[in-house]
Amino acid sequence: MALHLELRPEPSRAMLFVAPMLAIALTVATGGVLFAALGFSPLPALKVFFLSPLGDLYGISELLLKATPLAIIAVALALGFRGNVWNIGAEGQLIMGAVASGGVALALYDVSGYWVLPVVLLAGVAGGALYAGIPAFLRIRFHANEILTSLMLNYVATLFLAWLVHGPWRSPEGYNFPESRMFTDSALMPVLLEGTRLHVGALLAPVVALIAWVILSRSFLGFQIKVIGMTPAAGSYAGFGPKRVIAFTLMFGGGMAGLAGAMEICGPIGQLVPTVSPGYGYTAIIAAFLGRLHPFGILLAALLLALTYIGGDAAQISLGVPLAVTQVFQGMILFFLLACDVLIRYRVRLAARPSLGGAA
Amino acid sequence: MSEAEIATLAAILAAMVRAATPLVFAALGELVTERAGVLNLGIEGMMLMGAVAAFGTAHAGAGYAAAMAMGAGAGVAMSLLFAFLALGLRANQVACGLALSIFGVGLSAFVGKSLVGTPIEALPALPIPLLSEIPVVGRALFSQDILVYVSVLAVPAISWFLFKTRPGLILRAVGENHDAAHDIGYSVLKVRVLAIMFGGAMAGLAGAYLSLAYTPMWVENMSSGRGWIALALVVFATWVPARALLGAYLFGGVTILQLHAQNWGIPVSSQILAMLPYLATIIVLVLISRDETKIKLNAPACLGKVFHSGR
Repeated sequence: MALHLELRPEPSRAMLFVAPMLAIALTVATGGVLFAALGFSPLPALKVFFLSPLGDLYGISELLLKATPLAIIAVALALGFRGNVWNIGAEGQLIMGAVASGGVALALYDVSGYWVLPVVLLAGVAGGALYAGIPAFLRIRFHANEILTSLMLNYVATLFLAWLVHGPWRSPEGYNFPESRMFTDSALMPVLLEGTRLHVGALLAPVVALIAWVILSRSFLGFQIKVIGMTPAAGSYAGFGPKRVIAFTLMFGGGMAGLAGAMEICGPIGQLVPTVSPGYGYTAIIAAFLGRLHPFGILLAALLLALTYIGGDAAQISLGVPLAVTQVFQGMILFFLLACDVLIRYRVRLAARPSLGGAA
Repeated sequence: MSEAEIATLAAILAAMVRAATPLVFAALGELVTERAGVLNLGIEGMMLMGAVAAFGTAHAGAGYAAAMAMGAGAGVAMSLLFAFLALGLRANQVACGLALSIFGVGLSAFVGKSLVGTPIEALPALPIPLLSEIPVVGRALFSQDILVYVSVLAVPAISWFLFKTRPGLILRAVGENHDAAHDIGYSVLKVRVLAIMFGGAMAGLAGAYLSLAYTPMWVENMSSGRGWIALALVVFATWVPARALLGAYLFGGVTILQLHAQNWGIPVSSQILAMLPYLATIIVLVLISRDETKIKLNAPACLGKVFHSGR
């Protein structure tokens, strides 16, 4: 028996929706096997990971809190992925957004006013966008591969933030810990629900998704992105090169990652610390694919991936498994998704090999 | 030069070679994979799995040979996952490679949790008789461990294979024009799977070198971007093995420069200096990519393209 792929006359729309569901189901099933291999009974362990975190209002607020940066970043990255621009540097752009907004927040330490927070957040957007401008410039001007340059800049950003909080921006009253001063109330995101960490930034996620949707389906730029994504040559026949698409998608991705970084340090964290993100910039790549590179699909995907973060926390606390279980689940989701996507373009048939009979 | 200065120079050169060795392994493996027309961005993940598998084996007392084999084996296992998705199911190679890296980072941290903070004896040096007596060079090149020698010998071996043997010619043909290679009667799929597995084994050895010899311990994410630097090195090398070695040694030099700069009293903080290898990678990529035709001429023409056998 052999696996035989038969090209469909046109991609299956039904499979476009079925594939992610199937991928999630396979991830849960494999997760159960993984837990069983570690000596836990699978069903209760899966319940700890996927259901128990959502048992109360606080759990749900944490889910939304973690889904927010994922959704905001992934929606923007997806625009680039559609146009064959591979921004893998969202993690670094998030960090540089946090640095820029943190710098402004610290500079306005003695100032208060309702305008402080918007200025701080805009600084984050600018910081992330400018940082993403580096790989955009290098790609447009020198044809340097943006996957590698944007990824290298993640390490540079991490080190830059570490340098700031160990050195010039270290809090004078921080007992020598590598962290900045706590931001003042004027620079902090207002909390949405009393008693939780959920802040008003969560409301921005659907807004960003809507903006991305409008760009993609209602603007000429969106049309260019889609054309270049399908056949790069067609774009130049039609009279537009990929430069504008490269610059826009990278810097939009960077800007949104920067916004996410600003909202993290002005939200749940409240200061600059050496680690401002548990890998949101990488996980957002998975969210973008799981959401079918569609803004509204990504909102749902971000919720699921946020669940892997709090599920990992819960599994660490009640089962004692390493926190990296989160990344394992995230990686599995992406793998199964890529595998299931074969169903969109191909029919899979099990066919006996023509000449080789017997016990193969 | 005084005797002390000579000794310092030898030590620096030796450290440079050690810092370069994981890059040599990973870049050579990826070079062969890409020559067959497959872009595997998952080196970082394969390397980390190789590192944790090799370390775990050595830590369990199974010996270094078994540890290296397990490291290479873990890399191969990961690469087969990639091969299944990218070739078997014809998924997007960029996405599959990214998935492999993300998954490898997570899985290695997951399985290696209990190994964090447990030391092992470093892979012993094997000084080569006579050659290791040569001043400076003897200490830098010929008093290293077995993996360093293997990495250096792999360069002529791979060059010979790629450019002087029939299987090497077939591999390059598959990478240059898979449709033509298929029409002649070669199995594109088989050649590519083997090339991917070789890349996986080499990435696994790169990881094994990190956790057995370079820093004999296991730390989460200990490859810290070397898998990605290796990808840049393949471009830098314009897909020629000897140039990949040169590139890797240059990077080894940058890494060591960064570690020694503070000893030499250069007043720059360690975090800023640690940026050097990553910034150097970007600069090198820019310099080499500037000339678009050069890259187009040298890159395997079918790199990253999906092969449909039915066409």
